[in-house]
Amino acid sequence: MNGIKMLWDNLDVFSVGLQNTLILFCVSAVFSFLLACFIAFLLEGRDNIPRRFVRGGLDLMRMLPFLIFLYLLYYGLPNVGISMDVWSAGFIALITYHGAYFAEILRAARTSLPSGQAEAACAHGFINSKMYWRILLPQMVMRSGPLFGNQLVCLLKDTAFLSIITLMDLTAAASAVQAKYFVPLPPFIFVIVLYWSITLCVEALLRRLGRRAQKRGLVNE
Amino acid sequence: MDSSDWITLLYAGWTTIWVSGVSIVFGIILGLVVAMLRAAKIPVVSQALAVYVSLIRATPMVTLVLFLFVIAPSVGWEVDARVVAIAAMTINTTAFNAEIWRSALTSFSREQLEAAKAAGMTTGLTLRRIMLPQMLTTSLPGLVNEMSLLVKSSPAIAMIGIVDLTRVTNRIAAVTYDPLPPILAAGLLYILIIGGLVRFQRIADSRAKRLAM
Repeated sequence: MNGIKMLWDNLDVFSVGLQNTLILFCVSAVFSFLLACFIAFLLEGRDNIPRRFVRGGLDLMRMLPFLIFLYLLYYGLPNVGISMDVWSAGFIALITYHGAYFAEILRAARTSLPSGQAEAACAHGFINSKMYWRILLPQMVMRSGPLFGNQLVCLLKDTAFLSIITLMDLTAAASAVQAKYFVPLPPFIFVIVLYWSITLCVEALLRRLGRRAQKRGLVNE
Repeated sequence: MDSSDWITLLYAGWTTIWVSGVSIVFGIILGLVVAMLRAAKIPVVSQALAVYVSLIRATPMVTLVLFLFVIAPSVGWEVDARVVAIAAMTINTTAFNAEIWRSALTSFSREQLEAAKAAGMTTGLTLRRIMLPQMLTTSLPGLVNEMSLLVKSSPAIAMIGIVDLTRVTNRIAAVTYDPLPPILAAGLLYILIIGGLVRFQRIADSRAKRLAM
């Protein structure tokens, strides 16, 4: 079994790649979620010009491919005097890009919430921000569980684009090992299986969270 | 950026459009085939297809494109990079389309199937005259959504040397030493393409809702 020996010999390359991909994925997932909660908070309330502006920004972001956004940050911005290294460009790109998608998911969940609750909270003297963080947001999050799962898988897949701007992630590891031996099958199969297992873990985790939410009565289905 | 740069850019935009377009057409047809094979519950085939869908859903486009590109010569195919790109995008989008078709297939109303059987229609005729037209309407919004996702992941084909709308920005920047304008222009073209698809999706959505009522 030549292939397995080849994988074994290059285990350090793969573990660095896996580590980098996981760091990118986890940090970006957490921060883009927080960013999305904040954006959804900004959108809370009556429609006015700044809010329309934010919504237009979200729409534009969702029509742009991730790689072109990354190019803009990494190759485009140095021309106007802002240059950053691969990691910060990668983090900023992943967090803002997927923050926009998560915000859109939350916005859709907000429109499906019954309006009576917000009115009742208002009548009880809740101020807008407290009502959002305590009453609306938890329900919006719990209702959009499966959509979050899909978006997290997209986030994981978009981390592979960072190998194009020379970040040493899992895909870059596979292509480095491939370039060393010119045997493409084992490294790529190994890496694809790793991506697959991360996805399955994320989905299992979200299912468990969903069941817990159901037990606590946060989802009414 | 002068006018010749714009022409290069538009030409690259056309490359993105036709490569995505070919993959979309193949992907929709193959997706339907995969969905039907899964619904037919043939012992080994059905499980293998389930694994395929789940695996491809989790594989980044960049990894898939790169994988096919390096694997093709080693198994003896000396193929064009564009064929590899179309193959990778088709493999990717087929998996997602298969799920969309499958949900339309499994949620199809039983009453209509029974009525068709009672009227003496064969399976093929039922499929062609009753099921497919309705399934197409109900799954069109999902399919169009998947098209825009595919266009958004199409920059991955720039990895293997195809001058698409993303890679062309490097080319232009290599001459002008100013990468910002071509990247912004390419972004604008992407917004136009994907914005068009999003609008199409809204129209498809309202048509599907009308059918549901």
